Amino acid sequence: MQQYGLSAKDLSVYYGPKQAVKNVSLDFANKQVTALIGPSGCGKSTFLRSLNRMNDLIDGAKVTGEIWIGEENINHPKTDVVSLRQRIGMVWQRPNPFHKSIYENIAFGPRYHGVKNKKQLDEIVEQSLRKAALWEETKDRLHKSGLSLSGGQQQRLCIARSIAVKPSIILMDEPASALDPVSTAKIEELITELKQEYCIIIVTHNMHQAARISEKTAFFLMGDLIEYDETDKMFTDPEKKETSDYISGRFG
Amino acid sequence: MAQSTKVQQPKPHIAEEWVGRVYTGICIFILIVAIFSMVYFVASRGLRTFIGDGVNPLELLTGLKWNPGGEPALFGALPFIFGSFSTSILAALIAGPLGFCAAVFMVEIMPGFGRKFLQPVIELLAGIPSVVYGFVGLSVIVPLFRDIFPGQGIGIAAGALVLSVMILPTITTIATDALAALPSGLKEGSYALGATRWQTIYRIVLPTMLPALLTGIVLGIARAFGEALAVQMVIGNAPHIPRSLFESTSTLTSAITQSMGNTVMGSAHNNALWSLALILMLMTFVFVFIVRWLEGRSKI
Amino acid sequence: MNAKLADRIATAIIVAVSGFIVLLLAGLLGYIMVRGLGHFSYDFLTSPPETIRAGGGIGPQLFNSIFLLVLTMLITIPLGLGAGIYMSEYARPGKFTDFIRLLVEVLSSFPSIVVGLFGLLVLVNAFDLGFSLLAGALALTVFNLPLMVRITEQGLKSVPREQKEAGLALGLSKWKTIRSIMLPVAIPVILTGTILAAGRVFGEAAALLFTAGMSSPRLDFTDWNPLSPFSPLNPMRPAETLAVHIWKVNAEGLAPDAAEIAAGASAVLVLTVLLFNLAARWLGRFMYRKFTATK
Repeated sequence: MQQYGLSAKDLSVYYGPKQAVKNVSLDFANKQVTALIGPSGCGKSTFLRSLNRMNDLIDGAKVTGEIWIGEENINHPKTDVVSLRQRIGMVWQRPNPFHKSIYENIAFGPRYHGVKNKKQLDEIVEQSLRKAALWEETKDRLHKSGLSLSGGQQQRLCIARSIAVKPSIILMDEPASALDPVSTAKIEELITELKQEYCIIIVTHNMHQAARISEKTAFFLMGDLIEYDETDKMFTDPEKKETSDYISGRFG
Repeated sequence: MAQSTKVQQPKPHIAEEWVGRVYTGICIFILIVAIFSMVYFVASRGLRTFIGDGVNPLELLTGLKWNPGGEPALFGALPFIFGSFSTSILAALIAGPLGFCAAVFMVEIMPGFGRKFLQPVIELLAGIPSVVYGFVGLSVIVPLFRDIFPGQGIGIAAGALVLSVMILPTITTIATDALAALPSGLKEGSYALGATRWQTIYRIVLPTMLPALLTGIVLGIARAFGEALAVQMVIGNAPHIPRSLFESTSTLTSAITQSMGNTVMGSAHNNALWSLALILMLMTFVFVFIVRWLEGRSKI
Repeated sequence: MNAKLADRIATAIIVAVSGFIVLLLAGLLGYIMVRGLGHFSYDFLTSPPETIRAGGGIGPQLFNSIFLLVLTMLITIPLGLGAGIYMSEYARPGKFTDFIRLLVEVLSSFPSIVVGLFGLLVLVNAFDLGFSLLAGALALTVFNLPLMVRITEQGLKSVPREQKEAGLALGLSKWKTIRSIMLPVAIPVILTGTILAAGRVFGEAAALLFTAGMSSPRLDFTDWNPLSPFSPLNPMRPAETLAVHIWKVNAEGLAPDAAEIAAGASAVLVLTVLLFNLAARWLGRFMYRKFTATK
């Protein structure tokens, strides 16, 4: 099990009586990008959000099944969700920097988790910003508000913020869909950089994006996992008819 | 598969989580205790009139003579109840149409100007303290009425007029919100049929927003019903039902304000005043109930 | 009647009514200012009132109002924030929460005189606080709590969900997320509402008649020891506020210039409320700009 960053087994998500994700089992490898694709409302975002127990926040949502990280099933009522979430970073569709300075956006998490030394914090901020390819643009205005950055920069700031607390897994929910093509290209470049260290799971609407950046792709339809395979194979020679219909643009 | 056997270290965030839960829990607990103890204490005092002093509740509600300190002691609170209802309902009758007009002006006729100018005016009217309204009522409205109408100028008319200005913001704000929340298709459909603006407002908009408008009016009445000092200053405070709108009378709140400080705790007179407070409180429940009912209806 | 004519008449009436409301406020403010400002002087604002002679001031009352406001807000803000956070973030939807909501709604509709009476019974008599600033502040707290709860709830509801999720996803505890991520975003809304609530406290009188009392001891403005009975800072002394003073002067004022004093005090009160309103607007806009950094 060690070779996987994260494995889901028979994962189902219910919103009240409605089952949004149906018994999905998926293994996500370390140091790889896995793309989740499918038409809107197919359950891919819901699936992603259950991996760091974000669905706990939604009243009436229920997640059954198992999610394994190493030797631990994290979808267990006794799991310490707060420390779990430190190990799993998350990036949203719309950039959501905190209403704080650029520096604070990044330093906030590590400081909370126990890094008090100013020098160490400075270092973490610089490293995280470098990793997110934002250092050069922001090093002279670290104490300006995070909201003063452009949309694409804000999204990279959010990525830097999530890697500052040293997660091993990063979840991305359509991270580029609200951005212009230039910023999108930068984010994609960044994701390819980051996969050398992290297990990245990304939800995307954009099939070209999935093809460009991911090693593996999972196709969801109506809450079911239809097909899961190497990205190259998926886009050239899919097993299932639904997959080829979707990929060739017949619906969705 | 077995759950991880790794022993969970006690984490600082668990203690922190408890801080939040306990702190907010205590706050909400204090709030709940405050409300319950308020109801309990006012009720227990107010009921003494009936239990300790042996006054028939019907006598209190329907009796016309109020003289709890006299011989024989008389506990007829009907004049106060009449005063409270007549001033607050009359105030709503004045403020209701005004509030409706102001709301229509702000949403339908001149939204830009209305929002920028009339809205702050309404907010300021809401912010002016009630004693100031009472003072202006006493020094402007009462002398004016004295000159125009027979009598002293004080009474239900003066009280209602002062109250109507005080509750105008409540009614206007709620009517404005309701009007702004109407789906635009509703109006466009009517305009498309060639209806004029007034026809649209009168036939389509008014019926749809009526529950909300009524909610505003009931809230206004509730506020007027409970207002004490502004009314006390202009009503005259004579404990009987007046024969005209311009004759001195009392309300529940003005009677309490007038005498609570001059009676001894525990005396029959004092207990009777608490009974008036109890009536005020019960009316609050009634108003909240009506508002909830109306809100339920306006959701459609 | 011709539909177009009816439309025109109705429009005219609505515009006239709106104009009338604006004039009403202008007249009201104008009247208070013209009558009140004529009476303004340094002496009026600082000297103690006279009972039967002319020339009394409102100094102690003004001080009492401000001090009572500070005391009240010191108690109301932490309580109201806590209760508001509970309602917005911790309360689970269900019967119990609905019930609390109903209670808060009921409390917010209670007439202030009833709140004052409750204060008289429980705070002044049962807790033996006597007619005191503290009793007044606590009564006003009860009176203001529902508003503060609603303001806090509104503020927290205005925080985008992604902000909360981002905090939690970093591995912050829920309480830390609320305190350090959500509250800063909600502050503009909460602060604006709080200032308006403060204006309400400043003008409230009915709840204070029987709690803070209708008299003030001869204050010694050189004695700042909070424990001494004549110190202005002593929270256990009775304190007549400006609003209560206006009422008392009108109801039973014997001084020959009672009407002028009431007018002057009303002008001070209205000016202060205006100031609170303007401050709330300005601060709301300022904070909004600062936090969103839109320049």
